[in-house]
Amino acid sequence: MKIAIASGKGGTGKSTVAANLACTLSRTREVALVDCDVEEPNLHLFFPGSAVDVPVTTPVPEIDPARCTLCGECGKFCRFGALSVLKDRVLVFPHLCHSCGGCSLVCPQGAVREVPRTIGRVACSCPVPRLTLVSGILNEGEVQAPAVIRAAKMLAQGHPLILYDASPGIACPVIETLEGSDACILVTESTPFGLHDLRLAAEVVERIGIPAGVVINRSDGKDEETIEFCRERGLPVIMTIPFSREIAAVQNRGGLIAALLPGWEEWFAGLFEATVKIAGVSP
Amino acid sequence: MIVGITARAAGTDAPVEQRFGRAPYFVFVDTETGKAESVENPLVDAAGGVGPRTVQIFSEHGATAVITGQVGGNAAKALEAGGIKAYAYRGSGSVADALAEYTAGNLQPLPLA
Repeated sequence: MKIAIASGKGGTGKSTVAANLACTLSRTREVALVDCDVEEPNLHLFFPGSAVDVPVTTPVPEIDPARCTLCGECGKFCRFGALSVLKDRVLVFPHLCHSCGGCSLVCPQGAVREVPRTIGRVACSCPVPRLTLVSGILNEGEVQAPAVIRAAKMLAQGHPLILYDASPGIACPVIETLEGSDACILVTESTPFGLHDLRLAAEVVERIGIPAGVVINRSDGKDEETIEFCRERGLPVIMTIPFSREIAAVQNRGGLIAALLPGWEEWFAGLFEATVKIAGVSP
Repeated sequence: MIVGITARAAGTDAPVEQRFGRAPYFVFVDTETGKAESVENPLVDAAGGVGPRTVQIFSEHGATAVITGQVGGNAAKALEAGGIKAYAYRGSGSVADALAEYTAGNLQPLPLA
């Protein structure tokens, strides 16, 4: 079973929910936690431990000058400007390349060869018994987050229970994370900003066709608008985490409330049960 | 020699455009014959990577010098590799005005490397 944790808005508590859920589940079963927020992965702060790195590469063109006739077909084809066909050579801009492979297909001379270029890595660790942490890490200055997310998800593939912690927003990296999930936990906060972005995220999971439930984090007890929205959209509210100094203090130290505060392990176990019910598949 | 100038419209009376890859038009002037050719920029609304692709257009038209406001890093690299010199024109005049300044040797070269 695969559960994605997403939000739309940043800072609502996706990683908090993902980490505490993983911590709770690891007490009784094998669980893989995948950090898909590859531009700023931070789940390792909750689960420190030594990791093994696997590089992530993406294919980019290399021109064979012996075969190239400077016909210009590759440069005309590339909509990202990764190839400039000049008078005496073809200039390749690897960081502009989106790895579509089109240049090697249109080249009439077979002068374009694809070579791997490292854009990031996936760090794998086993920080606590029964928990595998897989963190995708995109190198600075790179744009192909989905490729690193894909690699991180692939390395977790085969685990019977996988949690995907998404990045904020609703663009390509989030879509890539949601792909193939059986259920999605949408984490929101009871502010106009949280609700605004929850609407966007709810629309995305609905379009992709992933059943979802909502966690209201930092609740001040006045969540009527959020609850009303969830009711309208048929999204069950499956957990409410109160706005509390005690919780914030644990969180700010990089601690897990499921491990350190009484009651939370049971509540996160309940969150898992509710998510399983939403997914409608056997865990 | 052929000089390419970034412009807001076609013809040598058009105002010079400061942006390189996002300029609506390129005007190529043959300094020997005075003949000018205006080319609509197909990359105005392109997603990205317009700098190097624009250099390719200049290269195809045989330009050995560019007059524009400024160029980005990728465009500079492609211009350098293509042996095309770039000159800065920051005035509000026409393509013809910029060309006159260039011919008089008043334009500063843009750093490319």
